[in-house]
Amino acid sequence: MTSLKMPKVDRKILKDKEKIVKEIANFTNRKNILSEIEELKPYETDGLSAYKQTPMLVVLPENTIEVSKILSYCNKNKIKVVPRGAGTGLAGSALPLADCVLLGLGKFNKILEKDFKNRCVVAQPGVTNLSITHAVQDKGFYYAPDPSSQIACSIGGNVAENSGGVHSLKYGTTTNNILGVEIVLMDGTVTRVGGKVFDSPGYDLLGLITGSEGLLCVITEVTVKILKKPDTVKAILLGFPTIEDGGNCVTKIISEGIIPSGMEMMDKVLLEATNNFSKAGYPLDAEGMLIVEIDGTKSEVDELIDRVAQIAKQNKCSSIKISKSEEERLKFWSGRKAAFPACGEMAPDYYCVDGTIPRGKLAKVLKEITKLSKKYKLPVANAFHAGDGNLHPIIMFDANDKKSLEKTEKFGEDILKLCVKFGGVLSGEHGIGVEKRELMCEMFNNQDIQQQISIKNSLDPSSLLNPGKVYPILRKCAEEGRLHIHGRDKSKFSDIPRF
Amino acid sequence: MEEINQNSQTSQDFNSDIYKPNNEDDLREIIKYCFKKNLPIEIVGRGTKIRIGKKLQCAKTLDMSNISGIIDYKPEELYITVKAGTPIQTIQNELKKNNQHLAFEPVNFSEIFQKDSNEGTIGGTLSCNFSGSRRFKVGSARDHILGFKGYNGKGEKIKSGGTVVKNVTGYDLSKLITGSFGTLLVLSEITLKVLPLQSDTKTIIISGLGLEHAIEIMGSAISSSNDPSGAVFYPDSLRDNFVFNDLTHRGSITAIRVEGSKTSTEQRINNLIQDLSLIEKNITVLDSVQSEIFWEETRCLKVFSKNQKNILRAVIPTSETINLLNRLKSFHPTYFIDWGGSLIWIELDYLSNQKIEQIRKRILVANGYLTVIKSPENVKLSSEIFTIDPIKFKISQNIKKSFDPKRIFNPGKMYTGI
Repeated sequence: MTSLKMPKVDRKILKDKEKIVKEIANFTNRKNILSEIEELKPYETDGLSAYKQTPMLVVLPENTIEVSKILSYCNKNKIKVVPRGAGTGLAGSALPLADCVLLGLGKFNKILEKDFKNRCVVAQPGVTNLSITHAVQDKGFYYAPDPSSQIACSIGGNVAENSGGVHSLKYGTTTNNILGVEIVLMDGTVTRVGGKVFDSPGYDLLGLITGSEGLLCVITEVTVKILKKPDTVKAILLGFPTIEDGGNCVTKIISEGIIPSGMEMMDKVLLEATNNFSKAGYPLDAEGMLIVEIDGTKSEVDELIDRVAQIAKQNKCSSIKISKSEEERLKFWSGRKAAFPACGEMAPDYYCVDGTIPRGKLAKVLKEITKLSKKYKLPVANAFHAGDGNLHPIIMFDANDKKSLEKTEKFGEDILKLCVKFGGVLSGEHGIGVEKRELMCEMFNNQDIQQQISIKNSLDPSSLLNPGKVYPILRKCAEEGRLHIHGRDKSKFSDIPRF
Repeated sequence: MEEINQNSQTSQDFNSDIYKPNNEDDLREIIKYCFKKNLPIEIVGRGTKIRIGKKLQCAKTLDMSNISGIIDYKPEELYITVKAGTPIQTIQNELKKNNQHLAFEPVNFSEIFQKDSNEGTIGGTLSCNFSGSRRFKVGSARDHILGFKGYNGKGEKIKSGGTVVKNVTGYDLSKLITGSFGTLLVLSEITLKVLPLQSDTKTIIISGLGLEHAIEIMGSAISSSNDPSGAVFYPDSLRDNFVFNDLTHRGSITAIRVEGSKTSTEQRINNLIQDLSLIEKNITVLDSVQSEIFWEETRCLKVFSKNQKNILRAVIPTSETINLLNRLKSFHPTYFIDWGGSLIWIELDYLSNQKIEQIRKRILVANGYLTVIKSPENVKLSSEIFTIDPIKFKISQNIKKSFDPKRIFNPGKMYTGI
C-alpha cells in the first residue's frame, strides 16, 4: 500500500467500538452492522485499490430515517462517517478511515417512480446508472450520462462525483441531468433539494452537492431527467498520420458548429493494443484515430457524418470508415471500451490518469506526455474524450519493481500538472478524493481552498463527514494522481469496463 | 488584516453613496472598506433586474457597469471569458460573429421594467438565473457557467471552475453563485460555455387548441426524438399580440420550435406533424426569420409589456399545470406557458400579500415554486419573494455566512436574514 496521510485516528472511538455497535443497533437491524474483520475486508478500498484501510464498522441502513438517526448519533459522538455507493470510484473518495463508520447505501436499490409525463425517474442512490436506462428503455427513453462503469456504479455515487461519460459534450454530466435529491446532513437533518422541476429557488444546493464527493451530505434519493432516444446514431472512424492532424480535425469539427454526441481519440500505442484485444478493425497505419458519433434524425445524421468526413479529409486524414449498421457502430466502440484490459495485456500493471485540458491543446499536451514517457522510461497509451477535453493517459509499469511504481506516481503527477499548466483541470470525471488531494494547490490558492472548506464547515462543523478527502492535508503539491490497477486479474472490479 | 489604503489603490471617494470601481483593484478596496466599516452594499449591474427581490436599504451602491469587457474568447473551445459588468448585448454581438450564442436565452426583463433596450449585464443575468424557452433542452444559465472569479464579503479573491466543460475539481461554486442574487460574492470575471447557432429554425404554430390539448401536444413533442428546443402556449386572450404574415388562423397559439440544419428541421417538422396528428389541425409553419421574432418576443415577455401589472413566475411539474391553472382561476390571471408546460408566467391586475400567499400555497401543493417578479413595493415589503422552507433557510444562512460573514452583500435581497 502506498502511504497516505489521513486525519488523526481517534483512539477513544476505537476503544468504544462495542458500545457504538450496540447503540447503532438501536437505529437499524443489528445484522446491518458489520464489525468483524472478515466482514469489513471487502469494504477496505474503492475503485482506487492502491489505498486500503479497514473501517471500524460498516453500517448498511435500509431507509432515510435510519440514515438520519445514525448520522445524528455519529455527530453527537464525534464519530467520522464515510458514505459509499457501489465503491467503484477511481479517486478514493470512499476510502474508509480506521475510526469511521462506513455508511454503505447498497440497500437503497429501488427505482421508486418512473414518471414519463414529467420525463424523470426517482431512484434510490444505490440503483446502478445503467438500470435507470433499463427501466425506461421500453418506452424509448434513457438516462444520458454514461460513465464507463455504468453497469456497476450507483446513481448516488454519480451525483457525489458528478460522473461524466463519452457523451458529455452534447448531453452534459450528472449535474446537468438531475432534478432533485433527498439528502441527510451530518446532524441528521433530512431535506429535499429540487424535485421534478428545473432551477429550484434559492441557492443552487443541488449544484453544490453534485460533485461534492460525499463531504457535505449523504444522498438518499435522486430524481434524474430522462431523454428520448435519438432516432439514428452513426459513428465514423478517422485515421490520421499524426496526432496533431487529429487534434486539428477535432477543433475544426467544433468550429464548424457541429456538436457530436461523442468524439474519442486514441493514440497509436492504444490502437495497436486494443486492436489486438478486440479486433475492432482500427487503422493500424495511423498515429492517431478519432471515433466521432453523431445522433439525431436520419437526415441530420447523414448530413453531419458527411460534413465530418469532409472536414477530416481537409485535415489530412488517412482513412475513413462510416458505420453501416448498429453492429458496426458498436464494433467501432468495442476497441475503445477495451482500452484498459488491452493495456493490462501489455504490462503487469497500469495507472490511469484523469485530467481535462482545452481540446485545442491536445497535440501539445500529448507531445509533452511522450517526452515524459521517455524521461521516466515507461510506456504510455493515450485515450482521450476529445470532444470535451478529458484526457486518460494509461501508464504501464510493473508494481513488483518498487522504483517503477515510484516513477509511475511521479509521471502521473507530472501529467496532471501539465493539464493545469495548459489551462485545464485536475479531474474531468473521476473526482479528487484522496488521489489528487495534494495537487489541489496546483489549481487553487489558499484563499480559494479556504472558501471551499468554510462551506464544508458551515454544513458539517466538526468535519466528520468524509474528512481527509478532496482538500489537501499536507498543503504542499506532492504525491499521487492516478488510478492503480495491480495486475489485470487481481484488480478490483476488473470486469467493469473503464474508458 | 490588511490595511485599507484610501488614497493610492483606488480613485474611489468612500464618502460617496455610489461606488463605481473602474478595475479590480478598486473593487477589492471597496469591499475591504465595506467589510471593515460594516457597510451593507447593493450590487448593481445595469439595473435591469433591480426590482426583482426585496428593495434594499443599503448605505452604499456598488455599480459594476465599468467592470466591463471581453477578456478571452475561444470559439473553437466553446467558451468566452468576460468581466462581470459586460452587457449581455455586447457578448451576444461578439458571439454572433462566429455563429455562436448563449444558448440558455436569458430572459430579457427590459420590456416590463424600464422599457428600453438595455438588457442588463452578464453578472446580473447569472445572479438571477432566469432562462428562456430552450431550458428543457440545453439547461439554464447555471448549466452554462464554467468558472468565475469574484470577491467574497471579506474582499478576498475567490475562483472556482475553469474553461472546460468536464470538471470535478472541488465544489462547483459556479452553480452556487448562479441564482444567488448577489448575496454571496461580487463576481468579477465569468467564463461561459457558448454553443453554435443553428443554421435553421422552424416553428409549428397550432392555432385554437384548448389548454389541456396544448399541454398534451407540447408534452408529446418534447418526449419525442424530434428534439424540439421550445414549446410554448399562449391562450386566446393573448392572441392579438402576434401578428405574422403567415399566421392567419385565430385562437390560442401552441408553438413548437425545432433548430438544426435545413434538412433536419424540415424532417423534424414533418415528423412532428405526423406523430402528433396535426394534419387536421390549424397549423402554420414559421420560417427562420419569423421564428426568431416569435421566440424573441417570448424571451422578452412581450405580451406583458403593454401594461404595468404584477408578474409572477410559477414553475411546476408539467403534470400539475392544468390542475394548478384551474385552482388559480378565481384570481383571474392572464398567463402563458413556457418550458413545454412547466413554467407559467402570470400577470395579475391586483396583488396583495394575502393573494401571493394563497397562490404560493396552491403552487407548493403542486410541488412547484413561486417567484414574485413584479409587484408594488409596499406588497413586496411584507411578502416572501422567493419560496423557501425553514431547513433550507438555515442551510442558506450558513452558506451565506461562509462567504459574507458580515452580511454586507445585498442583505435581505432574497430572504430576510440572508
